[in-house]
Amino acid sequence: MKYIDEFRDGDLARNIARSIAAEADPAREYRFMEFCGGHTHAISRYGLTDLLPPNVRMIHGPGCPVCVLPIGRVDQAIRMALEHGVILCTYGDCLRVPASDGLSLLKAKARGADVRMVYSTQDALALAQKHPERQVVFFAIGFETTTPPTAVAIEQARALGLANFSVLCCHVLTPAAIIGILESPEAKAGGVALDGMVGPAHVSTVIGSAPYEFVPERYGKPVVIAGFEPLDMMQAILMLVRQVNQGRAEVENEFTRAVTPDGNRKAQALVAKVFQLRPEFEWRGLGTVPDSALKLRPEYAAFDAELRFPLPYTPVPDHKACECGAILRGVKEPRDCKVFGTVCTPETPLGSCMVSSEGACAAHYTYGRYKDLAA
Amino acid sequence: MSEPRKQYVRPLDLKHGRVDMAHGAGGKAMAQLIHELFARHLGNEWLDQGDDGAVLPAPAPGEQLVMATDSHVVSPLFFPGGDIGCLAVHGTINDVAVMGARPLWLSAAFILEEGFALADLARIVESMAAAARKAGVPIVTGDTKVVERGKGDGVFITTTGVGALQAGRRIGGQRARPGDAILVSGSIGDHGMAIMSEREGLGFASPIVSDTAALHGLIEAVLATGADIRVLRDPTRGGLGTTLNEIASQSGVGMLIEEKALPLNPAVAAACEFLGLDPLYVANEGKLVLICAEPDVEKVLGALRGHALGREAAVLGTVVEDAHHFVQMTTSMGGRRIVDWLTGDQLPRIC
Ligand code: SF4
Repeated sequence: MKYIDEFRDGDLARNIARSIAAEADPAREYRFMEFCGGHTHAISRYGLTDLLPPNVRMIHGPGCPVCVLPIGRVDQAIRMALEHGVILCTYGDCLRVPASDGLSLLKAKARGADVRMVYSTQDALALAQKHPERQVVFFAIGFETTTPPTAVAIEQARALGLANFSVLCCHVLTPAAIIGILESPEAKAGGVALDGMVGPAHVSTVIGSAPYEFVPERYGKPVVIAGFEPLDMMQAILMLVRQVNQGRAEVENEFTRAVTPDGNRKAQALVAKVFQLRPEFEWRGLGTVPDSALKLRPEYAAFDAELRFPLPYTPVPDHKACECGAILRGVKEPRDCKVFGTVCTPETPLGSCMVSSEGACAAHYTYGRYKDLAA
Repeated sequence: MSEPRKQYVRPLDLKHGRVDMAHGAGGKAMAQLIHELFARHLGNEWLDQGDDGAVLPAPAPGEQLVMATDSHVVSPLFFPGGDIGCLAVHGTINDVAVMGARPLWLSAAFILEEGFALADLARIVESMAAAARKAGVPIVTGDTKVVERGKGDGVFITTTGVGALQAGRRIGGQRARPGDAILVSGSIGDHGMAIMSEREGLGFASPIVSDTAALHGLIEAVLATGADIRVLRDPTRGGLGTTLNEIASQSGVGMLIEEKALPLNPAVAAACEFLGLDPLYVANEGKLVLICAEPDVEKVLGALRGHALGREAAVLGTVVEDAHHFVQMTTSMGGRRIVDWLTGDQLPRIC
């Protein structure tokens, strides 16, 4: 706990804030995107924007696993449970993501689907062992952080000869999403003038810092990888301001206590053994992005839920009023959405950004909406 | 010739026996369960009558009666620091006490699941008896039902409490006014994290212990100071964050609290961190939230800290004017944010 306290020191935060204010050029704007939902959450949870000068602005990125999950994938999971009678297990945040026909996994559960929340892939495996007569599907979502545990579970299922366990693989890749943002139509038209990016924390412990090198090289933008603690964020913002001021664009690592250039090679090897690239994958907000997600390799086809329960993937457009897409691309803010806080609230989410506490809309609603309201 | 026998009874097998449907059927088995288990531990002058209800003395002239009820379902039934039995006693005593009343009597109704171990039931009833004795609030009437296996979760306990409210004492959720001080009697989140770390098998080196306790003694100590107490509440399910929001909306005010002032046990903070939970929304079972007139703060804080259950009491902040009834918090970093109502259940994060 002492260890954590060191990263929550308010005085230190104010010191860094003073440096940011002193070094930021008042004649210009700084627009930085924090890629991760974990960062978005930390900013809102600790009220960090209050510590930044008005010309240093943070834009929330798409690094929230449930926020980028397209409706069509949730539909697939729901149909597996309802039509094929499988036990569908997934992480808690997934349960409330709105799907087609006003359903979500949680609502499907109320209609008789056997949906279970698990804390880890191991829980899912244990369910399969406990119910040999039932099919158990693990709805696997998330970035590079959650991929290795899924790979481990598949390997274990194979070793155990579990014939009733399979995975609906929706794991996605961070670097591809960054390209998606930097190549979005708005970015090309000059809509998202990003001055730099706060790079992922936990994801980078797995993939390392090297995979971000293309951002400065190809796009001339600095990246600073940061931990999820509030002081990490403040320090990373200061480092970005300095890079911009000095005309540098490099990948810097604020999170050296956990992130190395090469990341976790063992985890990477395991992921490469079990998964291969999907030629393309639909992301919520970013559309179809090439080489941006994973699927099981043919050697592991027996554990691929998409093959075991063939259900064609049907893309479904977002709700008309929902601005999630534009928010995930960094061109709009939650308050720009007409239904924010009225029709769409954390209790009744219309779009996925309102579901997870890491989603931009939910974070703003839960922690910051008082700023939008007249006293 | 053999000796004459006193009686032929086969006593309940409290070691290996299990609850069966007959224990709720109203016949001899049920009578035996009541006699050998409930009455034996909980016995008092009212319960010993064996009647359908308890005849209780009228309150003193000018006093009013306060009544509260609470159903208890908890898994696991036994956790570090307590069990469903003492929890059921404390919970209802606290509901009566936070109304400013002196808790007098309790009733207890049990729903048992067929197959539930009698040894566990005995442990639970003993724990209830001990808690009631310690609090000085007897269980004066009760009921037992048995449901088929699979239709319950071992045991559910509903307790109802009656207390006496002194003439002229007015405490309630609508009475917070801008300028009032907000206090809490000690560290938050202990009960919820004790349950959760037990359930998730987190296996911390030093287990987190539930704070379950009866608060009427602490409350009496505070009221005895004569301070102008506006609101008392025990922040159970939903935690401190939810309780503050309830009071803010009942009173039509806002609140501003300091994150740095929140008393937090380091093990709870670490467990919350690990699971990605916010201790503001984690349940407590032995803590008091208190709102009082600002000039009385020192008096109230002194009374709280002078009691064993309030040693870590702290002033959290102030009641403010706010048309939107927001509870706001100055974070440890110096920024500001809302402490909102909890949405659904707190779920551990995955990223
Ligand atoms: S407020 Fe709701 S509908 Fe609007 S962008 Fe956010 S998630 Fe979508």
